Amino acid sequence: MMSLGETAKISFRALRANKTRSALTMLGIVIGVTAVIVMFAVGNGANRQISQQFASLGTNILMVRPGTDRGPGGGARSEVNTLVVEDAYALAEHCSAVAYAAPVYGGGAQIIYGNANYPARITGTTQDYFAVQDWELAAGRTFTDQDVRSATKVCVIGQTIAEELFGWEDPLGKVIRVKKVPMMVVGILEELGDSPRGDDQDAVVLVPVTTALRRMFSPPKPNSVSMISVKAVDQDRLELAQRQIEELLAIRHKIRPGQQNDFVVHNLTQFIESAKSATAVMTLLLTAVAGVSLLVGGIGIMNIMLVSVTERTREIGIRMAIGAKSGDIRLQFLVEALTLSLLGGIAGILLGLGGAHLISSVFGWATEVSLLSILLSFGFSGFVGIFFGYYPAYKASLLNPIEALRYE
Amino acid sequence: MALVLVDKVHKTYALGDLEVHALQGVSFSIEEGEFVSIMGASGSGKSTLMNILGCLDIPSRGEYTLEGQDVSRLKPEELADIRRDTIGFVFQGFNLIPKMTALENVELPMLYKGIKSRERMERALKALEAVELGDRGEHQPHQLSGGQQQRVAIARALANDAPLILADEPTGNLDSHTSEEVMRLFVRLNEETGKTVIQVTHEFDMARFGKRILTFKDGKMIRDEEVASS
Repeated sequence: MMSLGETAKISFRALRANKTRSALTMLGIVIGVTAVIVMFAVGNGANRQISQQFASLGTNILMVRPGTDRGPGGGARSEVNTLVVEDAYALAEHCSAVAYAAPVYGGGAQIIYGNANYPARITGTTQDYFAVQDWELAAGRTFTDQDVRSATKVCVIGQTIAEELFGWEDPLGKVIRVKKVPMMVVGILEELGDSPRGDDQDAVVLVPVTTALRRMFSPPKPNSVSMISVKAVDQDRLELAQRQIEELLAIRHKIRPGQQNDFVVHNLTQFIESAKSATAVMTLLLTAVAGVSLLVGGIGIMNIMLVSVTERTREIGIRMAIGAKSGDIRLQFLVEALTLSLLGGIAGILLGLGGAHLISSVFGWATEVSLLSILLSFGFSGFVGIFFGYYPAYKASLLNPIEALRYE
Repeated sequence: MALVLVDKVHKTYALGDLEVHALQGVSFSIEEGEFVSIMGASGSGKSTLMNILGCLDIPSRGEYTLEGQDVSRLKPEELADIRRDTIGFVFQGFNLIPKMTALENVELPMLYKGIKSRERMERALKALEAVELGDRGEHQPHQLSGGQQQRVAIARALANDAPLILADEPTGNLDSHTSEEVMRLFVRLNEETGKTVIQVTHEFDMARFGKRILTFKDGKMIRDEEVASS
């Protein structure tokens, strides 16, 4: 019996003899493996980014929105306006597990300062909001309870607004126009980065909720809010806080027992889970597609190996006549198929690494190539080689040397 | 003891519904060191006999004993070992593997025997020198003339130091001048190294290089005669 090393040498030689064909045959595997690596990298990157960003939002946050719970993904109906500013105050005051509760009402608007203007998200809220979000100020102060009570025209702006509108100028004390209302900048937020959805969280202008309700927007009720952001005392008391909120709001909204609530309390961890499972499904689907292309690559290898066996029938006959056993022949062709698929796999891994890098630098997506995906795709391409190489190799080993020698 | 002992060997093929009796009770023996030519027209059964002698095929009936071992009932794997160790093949069409150098072609039988690369190379070089092609080791078959290719094939047959060389129409593809060269090489190997040579040919001129001629017709041996030394 021939050693595996010698067999590998013979296989390499045979593949080198048909360079173009070998390269084309490998291409299927190369594309498949590249796709698997890149898909995994993008999926992992997205997952990690989601985790990081949600972690930055805080894990003991609850969001109360108006409307009825219509199940996961159902969302709340926007025309319902059952939450009011006073609900938020009541939650902060009466729920022991609630540390902070901030009402939120806002919308988009063009911010104007001098000749410059920039689109921003206007968030009308209270001082508590900074505590709920764990947001720190880079400069200046937040607005106070007094500001909220008297709907003062003051605001806190995000880093993007500061940079886009003021450049090198110090924004503190300057007056910007938001929905035709002149607002004085009293604070600047520290940089927040992108949200899990990919929005720029720094393109924000925070104003007292009363100012937003009375001076900027036209809410359905003078005190209705679109959301209440709540921070529980700690993570262990998140569920307790959720229960207390539901009980208190049910009383305040006069919901009778058995009747459905006109508000929904969202837990942020649920968002994390659903966001992660969404990316997981996407990754799985794309990986399945990549897997199919690996499979097609394998069939390509089988096809070429069958052609090669037929072409080299005479060679097989010669080898058998001078002492090769059918096992030697089978091994030779199997190793050839394996070499094709593994070389393809290696090329695919390298391309995949490059591709993942390219995607993160061109599209700015976070990618993370996992060792698992490399091992997995390498192993799978090896498996493809053996699986699809076995039949041609087996066919070659079954050749009758007399007939094979006569083959023209 | 005879190197080759063929005893009442029959070979029957099924060709569709038809049964072809290619060999019908052939018996002869060949001693070690002989140079035997097997003659016959096509259809005489000489190719079938060659396949059986070369352990590429087994007889339907009768016995074939090679080096004292009955090989007529061996399994394909065991036959492969015998082909590798006991028989050196030389074919009409040279049957070198293209895209492999002469040296690599000669090394091939040793490769299947599991001989280490260094020893393989040395022995292959020696075999090439024995056929006076020591300087052509790195040439590929297509870079060699027909006669040279056939000599490489003979070197390959010598590689595993098999006692028996089986040549199937070895000069069928060569001109008369080259044919004689190849035949003289066989004679020299036979006389100097004591190799047993069996060749199949249909040319009497080539058969004459052997010391004994077996003539076949219709699946039977009809003559077994010594060649008068000239």
